Amino acid sequence: MKKIIFLISLCAAMLMAFNNSAPIDKAIMDRGKKVYIQYCMACHQVDGGGVPGLNPPLEKTPHVLGSKTKLIRIILKGMDTHEEIDGEIYSNVMAPHNHLTDQQIGDVLTYIRNSFGNKAVAITPGDVKYVRVRTK
Amino acid sequence: MRKYFFGPLLLMTFLIIDPVNGSLNLNAKKKAVEETENAGLKLPAGFSATAILDSVGKARHIVVTKKGALYVKLSKLVAGKGILRIKDTDGDGKIDDVKSFGNYIGTGITIKDGFLYTSSNDEIFRYKLDENEEVRNPDSPEKIITGLINGRQHNTKSLVLDDKGNIYVNIGSPSNSCQEIDRGAGSKGKDPCPILDSAGGIWQFRADKLNQTYKDGIRYATGLRNVMGLDWNYQVNELFVIQHGRDQLDMFPEYFNAKQNADIPAEEMFMIKKGANCGWPYCYFDVQQNKKVLAPEYGGDGKKTTRCEGVEQPIVAFPAHAAPNALLFYTGKMFPEKYKDGAFVAFHGSWNRSPEKQEGYYVAFVPFKDGKPSGPWEIFADGFAGVETVMSPKQAIHRPCGLAQGPDGALYVSDDVKGTIYKIIYKSN
Repeated sequence: MKKIIFLISLCAAMLMAFNNSAPIDKAIMDRGKKVYIQYCMACHQVDGGGVPGLNPPLEKTPHVLGSKTKLIRIILKGMDTHEEIDGEIYSNVMAPHNHLTDQQIGDVLTYIRNSFGNKAVAITPGDVKYVRVRTK
Repeated sequence: MRKYFFGPLLLMTFLIIDPVNGSLNLNAKKKAVEETENAGLKLPAGFSATAILDSVGKARHIVVTKKGALYVKLSKLVAGKGILRIKDTDGDGKIDDVKSFGNYIGTGITIKDGFLYTSSNDEIFRYKLDENEEVRNPDSPEKIITGLINGRQHNTKSLVLDDKGNIYVNIGSPSNSCQEIDRGAGSKGKDPCPILDSAGGIWQFRADKLNQTYKDGIRYATGLRNVMGLDWNYQVNELFVIQHGRDQLDMFPEYFNAKQNADIPAEEMFMIKKGANCGWPYCYFDVQQNKKVLAPEYGGDGKKTTRCEGVEQPIVAFPAHAAPNALLFYTGKMFPEKYKDGAFVAFHGSWNRSPEKQEGYYVAFVPFKDGKPSGPWEIFADGFAGVETVMSPKQAIHRPCGLAQGPDGALYVSDDVKGTIYKIIYKSN
């Protein structure tokens, strides 16, 4: 019986760890949207589509859906790398947004990772804090 | 000649690699183009449009030869080439002959006195033309200017020449407003703005001298954030330019909200004389107050005008952020009298108006008399975007980018999204 409970707990833990479709708290999404509208939407647009040739899209790109650390660093340090995304190069720079709080960054990244057709695990203020203290 | 591809072969290449349509033959493509009346454009009465070619790639500036062929500059290589020479040889209104050459991307292209002038994002080249304005040696252009600032942002080099052997090159500022942190909320402007030494203006060089660098040129005009549309007006023998005005006034939320940013900073057209200072980054033109005001990066609050007295005033102020990518003075005989010597402006369309609807995505017209605007500007050709309202630029199916006038007086417009080349004609009844 102990073994079964252990297996069930293990499965549950794995599901929680790997299931990206776990619903995000509406309060986080609402706060994230507010930050998005104020600081991100001008460039990345209302639909997260970005601006061809200028500002990268946020829809299903590896930057948004991939490594949490890399994504948090983009917010903290800005971006001026102009790498190709799906065959298009984006020429505008993104200024650092390190004036945002850990909470605001966690909220907005969770929001973009779960909007515009995206689905990825949430980013917590703790995640942001961890990266911030290790980012110069 | 080995690298000089010929017509049908290359055209097939486009169609085969076209990821959007996946069309495999020219006939299917022709039918698709013909289905839409006026190729989807809305035009004044008497005018009609056709798409003479589709899916050529990121078609930027264009120029027409005296025999009616077009050169198209591409900002992304297609089959390794960055310039197209396209022609309708059988006169059926569709391009049937395509050649390509030049292994560099760019935007600027023009013809003057037997040479085709083209730009990459840091160099200017020219190709000798024969009596039919065909390029003789596509693989060996002369490099006339080199080493120009290529800062990614605003890095395209638009070109025009005068009658005295001078070439004018836009060198856009690699910045929005010369801030300490570019596009950073609340970040102050660098004072003086160091960018202005090597960018943010129009430089004049000799058209026939090889390997010129900054030291060989003259900063002809300064204080221009980025100019894509420029043309020489032969009525008054002066340079005219149209500036991409500043973005993101709302980085200073104590003075501007998103709506004010969307509406206030004009796209300005100037007549430029040598030594002109048009004000960037210190000043911008407020379309609502109808005057130049001090930028918030330099202590402006939306009202102050210090530092802006004496800077060049626009001769036309267009809607904010509409992105004027080409300017052409119409000297043809095909269009009605009203259009003679007037200015066409291709507006690529805005992005920095969210959450408001975007603006532009049309070709505008300004009537001129004796080198001065003689009436309000108006939309000439609309409908490029293919949707009623553009909220996000990605929704636009086509965006106008280049303008050219044919020997018969027809107006050509390029689109750098799908790569459609439009021909607009007028027939009086």
